Amino acid sequence: MSNKKILEIKNLKVFYESSGSFFTRKNIVKAVNGLNIDINQGETFGLVGESGSGKSTVARAILNLVKSNSGEINLEEENLLKLKGSKLRSKQKQIGAIFQDPYSSLNPRMKIKDIIAEPLRVQGKKNVEEDVKNLLKMVGLDNRMDNRFPHEFSGGQRQRIGIARAISTNPKLIICDEPVSALDVSVQAQILNLLKDLQKKLNISYLFIAHDLSVVKYLSLKVGVMYLGKIIEMANSETIFSNPMHPYTKILINSIPVPDPKIERKKKFVPIKGDIPSASNPPSGCVFRTRCPNPTSDCKDGKSEMGLIEIEPDHWVDKCCVNCK
Amino acid sequence: MTNLLKNPLTFFSIIILSILLILAIFPSQIAPMDPQKANYDALRSPPSRDHIMGTDYVGRDIASRVIYGVRTTLIIAFSAVILSKTIGFAWGLASGYFGGWFDLVTQRIVEIMLSIPSLILALLLLASLGSGKITVIIAIAVGGIAGTVRIIRSSVLSIKNMPYVEAAKAMGVHPIIIISRHIAPQCTAPLLVVASASLGSAIFAEAALSFLGLGITPNEPTWGSMMAVVAENYLRPLWWIAVFPGIALTLTIMAFNLIGDELRDRLDPKLKGEIKD
Amino acid sequence: MKSKYKLLDVKNLRTAFNVEGKDVTVVNDISFNLSPGEIVGLVGESGCGKSVTALSLMGLVPDPPGKILGGEIFLEGKDLLKFSESDMEKVRGKEMGMIFQEPMTSLNPVLTIGKQITEILELHQDMSSKEAINEAIELLKLVGLTDPELRINDYPHKLSGGQRQRIMIAIALSCKPKILIADEPTTALDVTIQAQILELIQKLSNELGTSVILITHNLGILARYAHKINVMYAGHLIESGTTDQIFYNPKHPYTAGLLNSVPRLDLDPNIELPTIKGEVPNLAEFNEGCIFKARCPNPTNDCKDGKSEMGLIEVEPGHLVDKCCINCK
Repeated sequence: MSNKKILEIKNLKVFYESSGSFFTRKNIVKAVNGLNIDINQGETFGLVGESGSGKSTVARAILNLVKSNSGEINLEEENLLKLKGSKLRSKQKQIGAIFQDPYSSLNPRMKIKDIIAEPLRVQGKKNVEEDVKNLLKMVGLDNRMDNRFPHEFSGGQRQRIGIARAISTNPKLIICDEPVSALDVSVQAQILNLLKDLQKKLNISYLFIAHDLSVVKYLSLKVGVMYLGKIIEMANSETIFSNPMHPYTKILINSIPVPDPKIERKKKFVPIKGDIPSASNPPSGCVFRTRCPNPTSDCKDGKSEMGLIEIEPDHWVDKCCVNCK
Repeated sequence: MTNLLKNPLTFFSIIILSILLILAIFPSQIAPMDPQKANYDALRSPPSRDHIMGTDYVGRDIASRVIYGVRTTLIIAFSAVILSKTIGFAWGLASGYFGGWFDLVTQRIVEIMLSIPSLILALLLLASLGSGKITVIIAIAVGGIAGTVRIIRSSVLSIKNMPYVEAAKAMGVHPIIIISRHIAPQCTAPLLVVASASLGSAIFAEAALSFLGLGITPNEPTWGSMMAVVAENYLRPLWWIAVFPGIALTLTIMAFNLIGDELRDRLDPKLKGEIKD
Repeated sequence: MKSKYKLLDVKNLRTAFNVEGKDVTVVNDISFNLSPGEIVGLVGESGCGKSVTALSLMGLVPDPPGKILGGEIFLEGKDLLKFSESDMEKVRGKEMGMIFQEPMTSLNPVLTIGKQITEILELHQDMSSKEAINEAIELLKLVGLTDPELRINDYPHKLSGGQRQRIMIAIALSCKPKILIADEPTTALDVTIQAQILELIQKLSNELGTSVILITHNLGILARYAHKINVMYAGHLIESGTTDQIFYNPKHPYTAGLLNSVPRLDLDPNIELPTIKGEVPNLAEFNEGCIFKARCPNPTNDCKDGKSEMGLIEVEPGHLVDKCCINCK
C-alpha cells in the first residue's frame, strides 16, 4: 500500500439555511463544522455518526451535490471546490459513488448496461460494451444480463450494479454512503466481501460512511466519529474499538449489542442520555456537553473549547472530553 | 393489452375512436355526397332515405358534413394538444429542475393563466389574431399550457431528489442530459394522462368557438358552426341540423375522456409504486 | 424463575396473500409460545414472514388480499382466530399491544400526543377526560419522556424519532396489556437511541410483567434482550430455542450461516466473512421439499430432489429444529 495521499479534506464547512416562515428568522444549520480527513491510496476511512452528525453531508459535499461554504477538498492535490465545468467533470471521473438504497439509486427505466456505462459516457468514451461485460463479471453478476432492467434484480444484485457503475471509470476514490444498511444481513456479508476484494484488486480508496460500527470496523483502517458536524475522535480502527477515549465513542460502541449472549450479560450498559440537540442551535462550547455522563463544570457552562489533540500516536480526541472522562 | 377490452366502456370508446379515425382519413369514400353541394330540390328536408341526416337551410347533406367535420375537428384538437403539451412539458421540466427565480416567475404566470377561463382566453386571442385554422389552434393550445406546466413541474420536484438523479449529478452528467435521460422519461405517464384529458376539452373548445362564429372559415363544415346555424334561425329551428352534429360531438368527447380515464387508471398505480421484492 | 404457563400459544398458523391471482403462503405452519414476563425474539430477514405473523396475531391482516388459512392462536386458552371483529377490538390495546417500525407514520400528525393517548384510555378503561390526562402524563413519565406535562400538547412533528417511539410504547402499554408485540421497533432509529428504547422495553417488561414478542433482523439485540428465539426463513419456522441454545448450538445451517455472517466488533476484521450462498426463494414459485434446499451447504440427495419433508423436532429440551436440515449439517 503506497502512502500517496488521495483525499485531503481541510477545515470543511457546510452550512444550510433552514428556511424559517415569513415571521421567524432563518436558522443556520452547521451541518459540517470544520472537518479534516486524510485518505491514502488503497485505504478505507470509516466515517461514523448518527443522524444529525453531518456524515452524509460530507459525502454530498465531495460529490458536489451540495455547496460547501469554506475549506478545501483536495483530490490528488487539486481542490475540487475551486474547479468548475469541464475541469471539474474530468476530475469527477476519479471519484465513484455507491448509495444506500439499491431500489432508488438506479434509474428504473434504463437498462443496466446503460446505467453502468453512464460514467464512461460522461467522460466521452463511446464503445463501452466490453467494459460493461467486464464490470459485471467483476462484481459477480452474469454478464449476459446487461440488457435487463433494475426491477428484475434483487436488492443485493442491484447494489452490485451500483458498485459496477462506481468502479467503471477506474476511480481512485469511492464514496460509499451507507452501502449495506438497506440490505439483509446475509446479503450484507456478500457485498462487504466484494468491496474488500475490489479494493485489493484495484487499489481503490474508500470513504465508508455508516452508522453501524461493526460494519465500519470490518472494512476500515482509520475511523472518524462525528457528532453534530465535528469529528470528536479519530484513530486506527483497532485502537478506536479497543481503547475509545471520547465518552460519545464509548457509549456508541456499548450501544451496539454483540451477537453473543454471555458477553452481553456481563456488560453493565447505560444508554446515552436524552436526544441529539438541534443542529441549528447546537450547545455552546463542547457540543456533547448536554449528554456527557461526566462533564466538568467549565464544560457544563459552555465554556470549554473544542479541538482535536493527539493523545497518542495516530489517536486524536476532542480536547474537551479528555478531561470529562 | 387484452384486458383493455374487458371494460365495456373502454371497448366502446375504442370502437368509436376507430370509426372516427377511418372517417377522418377517408371522408370522400364514405360520405354519400359532396358536403358543399347545395341540393336545391331538397332544401331543409328532414332525415329521409336520400339524406339520412337530412339537409340544411341551403340543401347541403348533413351526414356528409358531419363526416367531413371529423377531420377538421380532430386535426385542430390534436394540433392544439400537441402544441400545448410540448410547450408545457418543456417549461414544466425546466421550471421544476432549475428552480430559483425562473420557477417563481413560472408559478405566478401559471396561476394567472389558470384563473382565466380558457374559453375567454381563446376568445381574447382570436379577437386580436383574427380567425383562421392556425390562430384557432394557437388559441386553444394556450389554454392548455398552464395546467401541464403545473403537473409536470410537480412530477419533476419529486423525481429530482431521487438517488439515481443524484448519482448522475455526482458523475458530472450535464443538466440537460439529466433532464432528458433521467427525469423526462418518468414524466411521460402524467403527460399522457393530461394530454388525453385535454383532447376532450380541445374538441369542445373548437366546437364552442365555431358555434360563436369565431372558428375557422364558415364554409368548411365544423360541428359547432352547424349547430350555430340553427341557433341563428331560431324562428324556424330544424332539429336535425343541430342534433346530429351534437351527437357526433358528444360521442367523440366521451370516447376521448373514457380512454383518458382508462389510461390514468393503468398508469397511476405504476406511477406510485415500483415492484419491490 | 419464569413461569412455564403459556400465556400465548400459537399453533400451526398459516397466512397467505393473493399475489396476481395466486395464493402465496407467507406464514407457513408457525408454532411458538410465550410465557408471562418473557421476551421472545422472532428473527429473520426480509420476506421471512415475521411481520405478517405479528399482524396475524393482532387480527390486522388486510383481507383481501391476505387471509389466515388455518391454525390456532390461544390467548389465555381462548382461540383468537374464532373471535369476531368486535371481540378482537376488545383484545387489541387491552390484552395485546403493538408498536411498529416507523414512529413517523404510526402517529396521527393532526392530533396532539395527549389526545392520542387519552383516546385509548377513554375507550378501553372508561376514564373521564381528567383522569385520562393524568394517566397519560404518568405514562409519559414511565417511558422516560422529559417534561410530560408540556409534551402532551405537542404535535408529533415536533418530536424526534426516539421520542415518538417512546410515545408509541406509552400508547401500546396504556392499558397494561399482557403482551407487547414490537415489530422492528428500533430499526429506523440511531444506534444510541435504539439502545435507550430497548432498555426501556426491557425495564417495562420487568416492572409490569408484560411479555414481549420482539421482531427484528438484528441478532445482537436478541443476544442482549431475548429469553427465547424463533428463527424464520421464507415463511417457515426453522429453529427455535433459548437464546443460549440458538447462539451456541445452532442446528440449522441457516441459523449458523446467519450467525457467522454478521460482522462483529470483537472479531478479527481480516478474516473474510462467511456468507450464505444464493438468495431467498420466490415464495410464489417454490414447489416442494425443504425451503432451504437451494442454499444448504450440504444437502442430502433426497433434499436436493425436493423429496424431504419439513417439520420441527426436538433435539434437546426446549430446542426445536426443522427435521430436514438436521441431516444436512
